Formats: sequence, C-alpha cells, structure tokens
Amino acid sequence: MSSNSSFPKNEISIIRGKCLVLPGNDIDTDRIIPARFLKCVSFTNLGGQVFADDRSELKGAHPFDQKQNYGASILVVNDNFGCGSSREHAPQALMRWGIRALIGQSFAEIFYSNCLSLGIPCATGSEHLIKDLQKTIEADKSQVWELNLKHENIKSSENTFNLTLETGPLKMLLTGKWDATSQLISQKKNIEKTKKSIPYLSNFDITN
Amino acid sequence: MSKGTLYDKVWDIHRVADLPGGSAQLFIGLHLIHEVTSPQAFAALEEKNLPVICPERTVATVDHIVPTISQKRPFNDPLAEEMLSTLETNCAKHKIKLFGIGSGSQGIVHVIAPELGLTQPGMTIACGDSHTSTHGAFGAIAFGIGTSQVRDVLASQSLAMNKLKVRRIWFDGQLKSGVYAKDLILHVIRSLGVKGGVGYAYEFAGPAIKKLSMEERMTICNMAIEGGARCGYINPDQTTYNYIQGLPHAPNFEDWTKAINWWQTLASDTSAIFDDEVTFDASQIAPTVTWGITPAQGIGINECIPTSESLETNERLLAEEAFSYMDLKPGKLISGIPVDVCFIGSCTNGRLSDLRAAAAVAQGRHVANGIKAFVVPGSERVARAAEKEGIDRIFLEAGFEWREPGCSMCLAMNPDKLIGRQISASSSNRNFKGRQGSAHGRTLLMSPAMVAAAAIEGKVTDVRKMLGSIK
Ligand code: SF4
Repeated sequence: MSSNSSFPKNEISIIRGKCLVLPGNDIDTDRIIPARFLKCVSFTNLGGQVFADDRSELKGAHPFDQKQNYGASILVVNDNFGCGSSREHAPQALMRWGIRALIGQSFAEIFYSNCLSLGIPCATGSEHLIKDLQKTIEADKSQVWELNLKHENIKSSENTFNLTLETGPLKMLLTGKWDATSQLISQKKNIEKTKKSIPYLSNFDITN
Repeated sequence: MSKGTLYDKVWDIHRVADLPGGSAQLFIGLHLIHEVTSPQAFAALEEKNLPVICPERTVATVDHIVPTISQKRPFNDPLAEEMLSTLETNCAKHKIKLFGIGSGSQGIVHVIAPELGLTQPGMTIACGDSHTSTHGAFGAIAFGIGTSQVRDVLASQSLAMNKLKVRRIWFDGQLKSGVYAKDLILHVIRSLGVKGGVGYAYEFAGPAIKKLSMEERMTICNMAIEGGARCGYINPDQTTYNYIQGLPHAPNFEDWTKAINWWQTLASDTSAIFDDEVTFDASQIAPTVTWGITPAQGIGINECIPTSESLETNERLLAEEAFSYMDLKPGKLISGIPVDVCFIGSCTNGRLSDLRAAAAVAQGRHVANGIKAFVVPGSERVARAAEKEGIDRIFLEAGFEWREPGCSMCLAMNPDKLIGRQISASSSNRNFKGRQGSAHGRTLLMSPAMVAAAAIEGKVTDVRKMLGSIK
C-alpha cells in the first residue's frame, strides 16, 4: 500500500495521525529497502517495497502489514535506526508508504540528514520514554496522535510525551527552509569566493 | 569543542556561509558519483531547471550494478543497463568525466579516486555512498550523502552541514604478523559499538597507524561509518605524499613542493583539543571475525561466540536476533565454523595489497571441496596490476574465480549473490541481514587473508597458522 497524502512542503510544525511501532535496535537501511530495489532511476515505486524481506519473512505479521497500522503517519522506532548505507531510498520508501515523521531513541547520521532533506522530522527521547510511548501506542493502535514540533512533544487525547528535536533541523523545518537547494544557490558569490581561496583549486598558492 | 585538529582546519577553509537554520554551508572540493544514487538527483535538477555549477569537480564511475563475469554491453539485466546508460547520458549532458567500463580506470568509486590521485589531503569529498569515509585516509574530510544532497552538490558545489565532534582513536604498539588493518577496525567497532561514532569524526593516530600503508589506512577509514562515524581520517605524512606523487591527477610537477608545504600545515596540531580520546594497544589485536548481524558483533579468532548472559543487557536482544538468524551456537568457538562461499573484494579490501595478502595464503594450496571462492578486484587498474604480477594465476590455480571489477557481492546488486541460507566468509564491510543478496544469507566479515584461509580449509581458520606466524 502507499499513501496518497501529499509529500512534505513548506513549513512543517504539526504532524497528525496514527502511530506505528517498529521495535528493534540497529535496524539498517538494507532492511528498510533491500539493495535489489535500488535498481531504479526514480523513487516512485519504493513505497510498496519498504521492509520487503522482513515482511515476507513474517508473512503478514510485520507491523507494516497489520491492518490496524494502515494509514499510520508517525513511525516509532528504537535505537540507532537507519544505520548502514547512505541510500536515500530508505526514507523515500518510508515516505512513499505514508510516514511523515519518526520518533526514536536515536538515528544514524546520514539517515537523519536524508530525512531532513525530505522534510521528515526525526524526534528523539530516552530509551525509557520511547518504550513507554511504544507501549501506550500498542494499547490502542487506532488512537490519533499529534506531533508538535514547536512544543517538542507528541500528544493523544490522554497522553503527552516530551521529545527532543535538534535545534538546527527544528528551525529549518519550522521555517520551511529544510529544502536546502535554493538557500545554497543563493550564496553564489560566497561559493565563488570560497572556491578561489582554496589552495588545491588555485595551484596551491596560499594567500590567506 | 575540538580545536586545531585537521577536521577543524579543513572545515574552516571550506566554510562558505552560516545558514539560517544554524548549520554551515560547506564547499565540496571533490564530488564522486555512481549509477545508483545519482539518477534521481539529476532528474531533480532538471525539474528545477538548474545547471551543474562545477562539472569539473565531479567525477563519475560505475560500480554497484556491473556484472563481474562478462561486462559486455548491453548488460543481460535490462534494469542494470538502464542505470548505466542513464549515468552515461547525464554525464555527457553535464560534461562530467565518467570512468566507464573498459576505460582502464573504472572501478569501485572509493578505489579509483585515490589511485587516480583525485583524492588529496585537505579536500572535502562527498559521494552518495556511506563508505566515502575511505578518502579520509589521505587527510581529507570525506563523507557519504543522500540523493537530495547529491542534487545540492551538483547545483551548488556545497552542502548544508552541522559540524561534528572529533574523537581521536590512538593506537600504541604495532600489529602482529598475520593481523591486518581490517582486524584493527573490526576491533575498534567491536569495542566502541556501531553507534559509538554518531556525531563524531574519527581521527585515527598513533605509532601503529603511522606505520600503515595508504591502502591499509583506507581500509580503516572505510569502516569508520560502520562504527557510526560519518567520517574518519588520518593526518597526512610522508607515506601519503609518496603514494600521491606521480598519479594521473596528482598536483602538477611545478606545484608539488607548494602542495606538500600546504599539506604539512593540515595535520592536527600537537596542542589540538579533541572532544574525546580513546586508546588501544594494536599488539593485542587478533584476527577478528564477525559472528552476528552488525559489524560490532565480532570476536578474536580464538574466542567463543558470546552467550546471552555474558553480554550487557542492552546487547542481548540484538544478540538473540543474531543467534537465530545466523544459526550459530552461543559459546561455540568461531574458528572451525564451516562456510559455503568466500568473497574477496569491495572498497574495504579490494586493492592490490589485499589481493597480495590473500594470494600469499592461496599460493600452492587449493580451495576446499564444495566451496565457491571468487576474487573481484576493486578496479581495472588493480586487476591489470595484479595480472601483471601473476596474482590472477595464483588464485586460478588454487581454485578461485578471477572476476572483473565492481562492488559485486558486497551488496549483491549484480548477479553475484548468496543463495538461500549460504554462509560466506567475506572481506567486505557489512554483515547485515540479507546484505549479500539472499534474504536468509549469512555473512562473516574478516580480512582478505582470513577469507583465503577459510576458502582453503572450508571453515573459519586462523590465518596465522597457515602463514607460520604462530604454531
Ligand atoms: S564495495 Fe560495497 S560498500 Fe563499497 S561502494 Fe560498493 S557496495 Fe558500497
């Protein structure tokens, strides 16, 4: 299945929807999207292939195949999620399945920055808090939650959990400046200036 | 906060501006691309109607999907062929240099850039591949990026980055005979964990590092990412300069002295401040083999696979998952575990010195019955140099297959795959579930010499016994 709701755009401050719990530490990007699905020149079809091998192993019992989780938009994971390969196919596959935010104990660096460049916040909390949150979600999977970036928390009608978002990325999401390309290009003059001052690009004449 | 480290110096030289979100804009001195993570980036440029601003600072090759038996075009796999021809079209259109099959310089992106002299000290290097950390061996700041960031580099030759902390990992002593750079880095990851390096750049230093060749240094920096560190580096020294001198893209003859003078200023100051420091004794490291499903689940060749009780509580869950996936018995010696497939290659260990080390073990011996063993050189240059030395013949006579260059069974996007529950001894860098092409395939990571030893014996074996370094 894949989501019809539109991909992230502009300012992102609130994400509302069902939560989906995917337990386990060190879940790597090879598992999120196995390498054979990287044989594509566009990301379009990745939504259906997310966790392909883990899902076929569990024959319908994988969280991404459970009916109650259909349509979920917030993925709650544990420690060091997204480690391994730099493939943006991983967050792309999650996004195309319908995920719009992640919450976990920690995220691997490249995965985290890939998510940011797609406008997908990755919020963190302590091991204890994440496990609590996961338990609460599992108790009623149909519960609708609201992830509020400004308040750095996630709330249902009955519960509130306080989360953390890194300052820089948070600011980028709240102001809609997470899509870096236009900001980077707007520095054209400074880019040129830096380029001219770099020794290995100017015959190693060290001027400064 | 770190101060006076190579990382700080290179960062400052490349800083273009501070961005509103709080991150910095960093100029990228060398951008490497390949067929898997670039097509969507070029498509995004087109969509936004943006040009590639410094095509001369981007270099392309093809490695991930190429077959290693016959590289005749068109490839048998139409999807692989489409990816390669898309890269060719994009490079031609944007005037980007592509080292294609048969060019004499094609190969795994992290093998070719160093051997062509493209990788140099003090550069910032980015590539849509996590093992870009390899280039840090030259004292470059090199890191993997995602496809959206590939697009950003093409469009602006820069990236929005947050500065990392720096951890110095110091190695006293020297590696013993039969123990290799691969063992050293597997030992680090085993000790600090797969996420120990998140938020850090790793500086590898100390007498044991100083003595390593450039190829060995590359093996170490290559796997920094497996320890969670987005980049790892080694301060440039005479070994670095000697390696670069005379390579096709090395600085011009007239610039050479100036280049060295500048490179010498880059190394971390003796008074540098690090955010964290860790020390190891290299002489205590044994040949190391992974038994589980992350590169941190590794042990010395004379150790037993841990039992759940012997592990910290937070490691147990993952260990249980590994026991059941790998179908290996806790408490059992790692040495003696039978293997089905032996793979020598990858950007970690597919260079000439790796092939030499493995060939030294294979010479005059033969692959055990029923074992599939194959060698995939990291690049066309490595392949031709090895053939010139007769290394291909040593392997062939010993019953190994000798293939054409590419990533091959490191990630199995080409026809080289494990089948079913096969277990492989592999010189690559990842033992994740399903990594080598079968959803149930199993991987034991080790040095290339150890892979050769496993191929000969048909089981995990202490290569030092075969080399006569121990009885
Ligand atoms: S050899 Fe393996 S790790 Fe290296 S670039 Fe190729 S696929 Fe990636």
